Amino acid sequence: MPEPAAGTVAAAGGAEPAARGAHRAALSEGRRSERRLGWLLCLPAAVVMVVVTIYPIVYALLLSFQRADLRFPSDNKWIGLTNYVTVLTNSFWWHAFAITMIVTVVSVAVELVLGMALAMIMHRTLLGRGLVRTLALIPYGIVTVVAAYGWRYAWTPGYGYLANVLAHNSAPLTQQAPAVGIIILAEIWKTTPFMALLLMAGLAIVPDDLQRAASMDGATTWQRFTQVTLPLMKPAILVALLFRTLDAVRIYDNIYVLTNGAQGTSSLSILTYHNLIGGLNLGIGSTMSILMFIAVAIIAFIFIKGFGTAAPGSDATGRR
Amino acid sequence: MGAAAIMAGTLLSACGSGSTGTPVLNLYAYPQQHRADLVKRCNQQAHGKYRIDLNLLPRTADQQREQLVRRLAAGDHGMDILGVDVTWTAELAKAGWILPWTGSNRQQVEHGTLPAPLSTATINGQLYGAPNNTNVQLLWYRSDLMPKPPSTYQGLIDEATRLKKAGKPHYVEVTGAQYEGLVVWFNSVLAAAGGSILNKAGTQVSLGKPAVTALSTMHKFANSAAADPSLSNTQEDPARLAVEGGTAAAEINWPYVYASMAADKPAMLKNFKWAPIPGITGTGKATIGGENLAVSKYSDHPDLAFTAALCLRDAANQKYGAILDGVPPTIESVYHDTRPLDPSKKADAKTNPSMVTAYPMRQAILDELHTAVSRPVTATYQNVSTVTSTLLSPPQAIQPVPTERELRSQIDKALQSKGVLP
Repeated sequence: MPEPAAGTVAAAGGAEPAARGAHRAALSEGRRSERRLGWLLCLPAAVVMVVVTIYPIVYALLLSFQRADLRFPSDNKWIGLTNYVTVLTNSFWWHAFAITMIVTVVSVAVELVLGMALAMIMHRTLLGRGLVRTLALIPYGIVTVVAAYGWRYAWTPGYGYLANVLAHNSAPLTQQAPAVGIIILAEIWKTTPFMALLLMAGLAIVPDDLQRAASMDGATTWQRFTQVTLPLMKPAILVALLFRTLDAVRIYDNIYVLTNGAQGTSSLSILTYHNLIGGLNLGIGSTMSILMFIAVAIIAFIFIKGFGTAAPGSDATGRR
Repeated sequence: MGAAAIMAGTLLSACGSGSTGTPVLNLYAYPQQHRADLVKRCNQQAHGKYRIDLNLLPRTADQQREQLVRRLAAGDHGMDILGVDVTWTAELAKAGWILPWTGSNRQQVEHGTLPAPLSTATINGQLYGAPNNTNVQLLWYRSDLMPKPPSTYQGLIDEATRLKKAGKPHYVEVTGAQYEGLVVWFNSVLAAAGGSILNKAGTQVSLGKPAVTALSTMHKFANSAAADPSLSNTQEDPARLAVEGGTAAAEINWPYVYASMAADKPAMLKNFKWAPIPGITGTGKATIGGENLAVSKYSDHPDLAFTAALCLRDAANQKYGAILDGVPPTIESVYHDTRPLDPSKKADAKTNPSMVTAYPMRQAILDELHTAVSRPVTATYQNVSTVTSTLLSPPQAIQPVPTERELRSQIDKALQSKGVLP
């Protein structure tokens, strides 16, 4: 008599020891098919991911090792790391790097402070909570390009309501330092609500009991904020900082509308766009994209390994 | 099922419109007020042989170029005739995206067309565009302030100093902002100094001693009484407005400022005069602007596209565009055409203008066109231009010798597409 299939035995019940082994086999068989089904269900998404993200990244990496200029299709050739040397020894690149870092550090720092204040207000407001939150979120709801045009016209001499406040004939967007200042201001105005939203979620997880206990122990408001609220909010703050820093490093739309990189206000993204799309130099442009990718990866690594930032939903060690 | 059928039907009909019946030729060009009239006229003349569909490109030059090159790089069959800025012609030709004009098509383009606009479309002896309109800057001045227009930058500085002492408007507006206008200014001054940015073949940096002379002239001008405090921020329109607003005594600008003055400040028009563009030791040389019509390599109907482009830029259409849209013609005979737009009616400056009434400065433009120079004819013009305008901005800070050295190095890299664009 041929041996019955594991599934049949399991279904039939059977004697104790034999049944246990068979049961395990049946479970693992079930699990295997479940896993197979899982993979099959994931496959379309995985294929789409590979096609839309992995392929362009690999393609950009390959292009960065080539002389690839759309205007000289016959001159395309493999040149190794030459593009990296060209970009990394160029003053325009480092200038854009400096501008990007200034915009990132200043805007994220100010946003953290303002965002925290806004989060506290939204968290504590008893009356009209919905209205306060809606009002605070309006800037974040406006499309960045639209908001940037608003800022640009506001600072244009003649009809701009902000430019008219300044001395006659001053055009702040045409000078480097004021222009960078306005870019930072536009960034802060636009994304502080996002920061506040993330921080407010962090505030909500601080137990009121702890606050009350600290208060009973005689802690002042400031002490409660720095020694109870902030330490408990650390994961939320770090996530908010990580998200905003990565976002700010990629800054493009605000600068594109406000100055398009004139007067030395190019960010890394603007520079990449000018070389890739304007200059049609796929090799240099891809090299810049890859370098930005590396910069973003380093920042994320520092946040996660250095500061112990954990992604939402993972445990304290960063594992899910 | 039904929805899918409807969708398929819609798609089929959308695709089929070009392949059956009258072939559709897509013209992509910058927005020009009366361009649709010119297209309509050619469609009538075609008698069903083809139909031109006008598609407008964005307003700014950079965006126009980006749309064209991105679609051409992708081998888009949806574009047939392209309105190309004179400075992009070489780039599109070198990349192999536009077709050369040959045989009788080329002869028809060259017949009667001024040599300067033709030179912008001629690359290595082959013609890649039909010059549709052209442009040169002139020196526009207020004769009540400057009775005798100077022919040199030094003369302009002296006049400005005199006017400043007399407490009168004394600025001479030039396009000093960091953009293409600054390259045009530099190219003109450099030509006046006897030099050029690149060699004739467009393969090597030329610059040298004439460039140092040109840069010294620009530096001196930018730091003189003639320079507007917002020079480093001045584009064509602010320059025009400074003269119309009464703060400037003169401007180096395109001819459209005349029509603008007539409309905005008619009282000032009688004292608003023009002279040849200034130079260094005498009258200068203007930099040529304008548009060439090119045929896309990916066009499904290239032969018809050449025919249609020839119609779009024929003498009658150029005259119409010149009078109603203010774009100077490339066909020399149009400048001498004295008939009004509608020859059957009496000429009238307002209702039925002619080249004479719309272009009182036409002889000055024609004279300049005979000596005009083009900007570097190279596939990497965009790079050369971006680098140049960045290094020359602001003009007050130009240091002739070091700036020339830096320009040479950066343009050399840009030519080999090795450099990084700012």
